[in-house]
Amino acid sequence: MTAALEVRGLKTHFFTRSGAVKAVDGVDLSIERGRVLGLVGESGSGKSVTGLSILGLIDHPGRIVEGSVRLDGQELVGLDRDASRRVRGRRIAMIFQDPMMTLNPVLRVGTQMSMALRAHETVSNAVVRERSLKALGKVGLPAPEQCLAAYPHQLSGGMRQRVAIAIALLHSPSVIVADEPTTALDVSIQAQILQEMQRLGAETGVALVWITHDLAVVSSLAHDIAVMYAGRIVEYGPTADVLAQPRHPYTRGLLDSVPGEAEPGEKLAQIPGSIPALIDLPPGCAFRARCSRATGACETMPEIADIGGRLARCFHPLEAA
Amino acid sequence: MSAPLLELDAVSRRFSRKISLGDRIAAKLGAPVETREVRAVENVSLSVMKGETLGLVGESGCGKSTLGRIAAGILPPSAGTARLDGKPVMAEDGRHQKLTTRVQTVFQDPFASLNPRKRIGETIGEGPLAHGLIDRAGSRAYVAEQLSRVGLDPSYASRFPHQFSGGQRQRIAIARALAMKPDLLICDEPVASLDVSIQAQVLNLFLDLRRALNLTAIFISHDLGVVRHLSDRVAIMYLGRIVEIGPANEIYAAPKHPYTQALLASVPRLNRHREGRTAFKPIAGELPSPLSPPPGCHFHPRCALATERCRTEPPQLRPLGPMRWAACHLAE
Ligand SMILES: Nc1ncnc2c1ncn2[C@@H]1O[C@H](COP(=O)(O)OP(=O)(O)OP(=O)(O)O)[C@@H](O)[C@H]1O
Ligand SMILES: Nc1ncnc2c1ncn2[C@@H]1O[C@H](COP(=O)(O)OP(=O)(O)OP(=O)(O)O)[C@@H](O)[C@H]1O
Ligand code: SF4
Ligand code: SF4
Ligand SMILES: [Mg+2]
Ligand SMILES: [Mg+2]
Repeated sequence: MTAALEVRGLKTHFFTRSGAVKAVDGVDLSIERGRVLGLVGESGSGKSVTGLSILGLIDHPGRIVEGSVRLDGQELVGLDRDASRRVRGRRIAMIFQDPMMTLNPVLRVGTQMSMALRAHETVSNAVVRERSLKALGKVGLPAPEQCLAAYPHQLSGGMRQRVAIAIALLHSPSVIVADEPTTALDVSIQAQILQEMQRLGAETGVALVWITHDLAVVSSLAHDIAVMYAGRIVEYGPTADVLAQPRHPYTRGLLDSVPGEAEPGEKLAQIPGSIPALIDLPPGCAFRARCSRATGACETMPEIADIGGRLARCFHPLEAA
Repeated sequence: MSAPLLELDAVSRRFSRKISLGDRIAAKLGAPVETREVRAVENVSLSVMKGETLGLVGESGCGKSTLGRIAAGILPPSAGTARLDGKPVMAEDGRHQKLTTRVQTVFQDPFASLNPRKRIGETIGEGPLAHGLIDRAGSRAYVAEQLSRVGLDPSYASRFPHQFSGGQRQRIAIARALAMKPDLLICDEPVASLDVSIQAQVLNLFLDLRRALNLTAIFISHDLGVVRHLSDRVAIMYLGRIVEIGPANEIYAAPKHPYTQALLASVPRLNRHREGRTAFKPIAGELPSPLSPPPGCHFHPRCALATERCRTEPPQLRPLGPMRWAACHLAE
């Protein structure tokens, strides 16, 4: 079976005045229909740039310098503007943290949905209305009719995000890349949206790339997890396995930093230091300066390799228990 | 932990809705304009014991920051009083002046709360100097001591805020607050903008300092995991009211208020024990507008247990066991 999305050796760099920022520097991902992949990592690790690269939305001074992005087998890297626009929104869509990245503040929701539909299909008014209502119903909006007539500012943040998701679903895309779509929402609204997404993934067969810094969200939502650090994936495998038994020291450190798991009032395990800048990274493992297992060997870059049913990029991975 | 250090006595705070240009024009033309008010905090009473950390949680707009600012003496309540050791934290004669330096605050966004044009040594030293805690001659050494206490190199005193990372800036904000030798520290989402690995560093610092200085604290956060980790007691707010308050371990293990129960069930859990994907259990419905909160129990439109009484009669906080209180007609 061809994967819905297959990313190989993706490198996206930004050529700034102070040098090349290697925001994404060799990322491989693969995701099948109906599956959810959680892409996690701390701020600046390259998650959003990965997502934007997949959609072909990288602008100057950034550029995909190497690699391949295949959607249902079709190569997207190197497509011209028009071809790329025909794919985007129809066969692959993106949802952002701020739904106003998708929504136009001065147009009614119904108008925007109609424009989104007609960007790729010729359909009658009746069909537009029917499909819009259906999409709004799918994402759990309580009053789809009223919603069609509303302007974005008349909706709550959670409802706006649902509208953005409904628009992403309009053409039944193969893949949706969701970049922190619930981060700005309250927990009660976040839980509603996560529940809808879990259901929609199973029902529509859409493959979801869910970008977040919240390990707990990924824990409940994603089948697989990819942990990013400094522009590269450092650990990648089935979510349950990786969370129960992280093999990369960074994944382990990240998990141990999360309060709520630890005994209340006890010191949390902490990773020393902070994430390095992505300009002029010294050679070798980027986690070296913060890693308690580092040795001389780590001064060269470890390859990502299969260790017992998952991938890890480390010379001295933690033992499997 | 015996005598209350801070007491909030039936405090409320209303904000009148900002009047828009449209409203003003309408008013000029003689149209009736509703002047609605946000009841950000409604009749809240609580006390914080010496040496205790009280966690304050709830969804956005429920009034956490407003309550924190009232407790800190930087926002006057519309009604009620906040007292520290029995004395009001704010002048009640209309001058609205903060009366004590014994309460200090640490805010979420350390960049916004640090003056970008001041070296951090000055930022940390100016308060203690102005209030006579130190003299000019001792200032340098004092600042150095504050910096090393929060794990920063004393040489950083001569740098500006933009030269620091988010985590470091939050340490500076903590150092500045502690330099005033407060008895009560109010932390309003101090780790919300930090990455988990940096958040863990700051939380550990807080745990160390609390022990070393026997600090009393109110810790405000929408992150239930963070609050559980740090707090002795927790208060849960919903639309301006406290709906439940009690020992942290008990509330997390067995919440009594339907909102607390639903909120805890909504939080995705980091599952490290190979249980696979879990179902989400969201609370139904939207968060109502604080401009027109539902009558009776504010939670009734979203509550599965709501009865006729809940729609009309606001439940009062009542004791439901040692140190445990909840505001629900049905909770036991
Ligand atoms: N337009 C740009 N020009 C220069 N550098 C950029 C640009 N966009 C992103 N970067 C850099 O690329 C790196 C990765 O950024 P990215 O936004 O992908 O991080 P992220 O993992 O999504 O972080 P966050 O959790 O904060 O959203 C960062 O170091 C960032 O500064
Ligand atoms: N200065 C103000 N003027 C008008 N309304 C205000 C003001 N400050 C707060 N409010 C309103 O009071 C209510 C409570 O706000 P508050 O900031 O205390 O909530 P919060 O619980 O801290 O929320 P968050 O989690 O988003 O920080 C909100 O509806 C808010 O819009
Ligand atoms: S390669 Fe070396 S430095 Fe990098 S994570 Fe593994 S042990 Fe640590
Ligand atoms: S008072 Fe009624 S509506 Fe409110 S929480 Fe209790 S049962 Fe639910
Ligand atoms: Mg991002
Ligand atoms: Mg607040």
